[in-house]
Amino acid sequence: MRIALILAVATATAAALPIPGWAQAKAAARKPPPPAAAPKAEEKDAATLEFEKFRAEMEDSNPAELFEAKGEELWKARRGPRNVSLAESCDLGLGVGVVKGAYVQTPRHYPDAGAVMDAERRIVWCMVEKQGFNFDDIAKRPFASDTHTPDITSLVTYVAAQSKNMKLAVPLDDPKVREAYEIGKEIAAYRAGPYDFSCNTCHGADGKRIRMQALPNISTPQGALRGVQGWPGYRMTGGVMLTHQWRMGDCFRQQRFPQPKYASDAVAYLLTYLIGTANGLEYKGPGIKR
Amino acid sequence: MADPMKIRAQMKGDVAEVRVLMAHAMETGQRKDNAGNLVPAHFIQQVTVEVGGKLVIQGQTGTSVSRNPVFAFKVKGAKAGDKVVVNWVDNKGDKRTDEAAIAA
Repeated sequence: MRIALILAVATATAAALPIPGWAQAKAAARKPPPPAAAPKAEEKDAATLEFEKFRAEMEDSNPAELFEAKGEELWKARRGPRNVSLAESCDLGLGVGVVKGAYVQTPRHYPDAGAVMDAERRIVWCMVEKQGFNFDDIAKRPFASDTHTPDITSLVTYVAAQSKNMKLAVPLDDPKVREAYEIGKEIAAYRAGPYDFSCNTCHGADGKRIRMQALPNISTPQGALRGVQGWPGYRMTGGVMLTHQWRMGDCFRQQRFPQPKYASDAVAYLLTYLIGTANGLEYKGPGIKR
Repeated sequence: MADPMKIRAQMKGDVAEVRVLMAHAMETGQRKDNAGNLVPAHFIQQVTVEVGGKLVIQGQTGTSVSRNPVFAFKVKGAKAGDKVVVNWVDNKGDKRTDEAAIAA
């Protein structure tokens, strides 16, 4: 198994020790003051509304569709050293080649891989195990830059688009997925780095923001949904298509954490927590970001 | 070869609403890469649109247009089923033509 866990070991074990009570204490502390939620609605000032209008206009013709089309081509094409297509070899959890609704049911546990994987990690696994690509080659440049969009990004966009307007349904009944969810929750609460930040420092309470950006509280279903909606997303700044895996890595960067290894356990677990918390809510497909 | 465009065309009353999404880098020639070298200009120079066999738009575009641009416009006198043919040519001579039928 080359898709290994580096950060996961460090964070998971460290987080397992002191934190558990912390998240609950925080949740309890949050309950009493409803006034904190009330001014939030008023904060939707003119600028925010204008921004939403602009975003709605952009969503109407999202360049993500271009990557979706490319991803479909890649999904169906015979590629790699073994010359097989993902459509005829890759099981995203609903059967070989089934993409409809697969994205909203990840992360899930894949017995053939012996791991909990989000959609992107699973596609990488298929590319490596079924098509014979080299994992290190994929992991060398896993995310899009201004001059290059990796195949995996287009593939994820295609798969995600096949779950448009479907309800998120991470199979949390599966004990392996539940375990991943709990570890993901601890990763979100794990404080470290030069700023002693955790994900929850910014995303663990209502009504926080950075500059003009209101920050979602990922411990609530609606808040978690805001962390799921729109990924994979087309970022207008620079015009690049970026995946949910990239977003998680970027959160770690902003916390001044070391970068998690691409397609690692840590990111899969964190995504299990995030997407699992939003379970039951509707996913709108690939989005567009500022 | 250039990637395909996405064309959506729909009748709204007696006017056809057409939206075209093009895949193009649209490099201005002003940007530098990580090594500090100028990225050569690469942009769509000419766009033509035909609706129902009639030329309705012949446009020149430049470097102020964004990457992966979207163009939207309304056409009078078109009807459902008419073919919309969009064609672009960039400054390196790359070109692409795609078509779609106007939906009712």
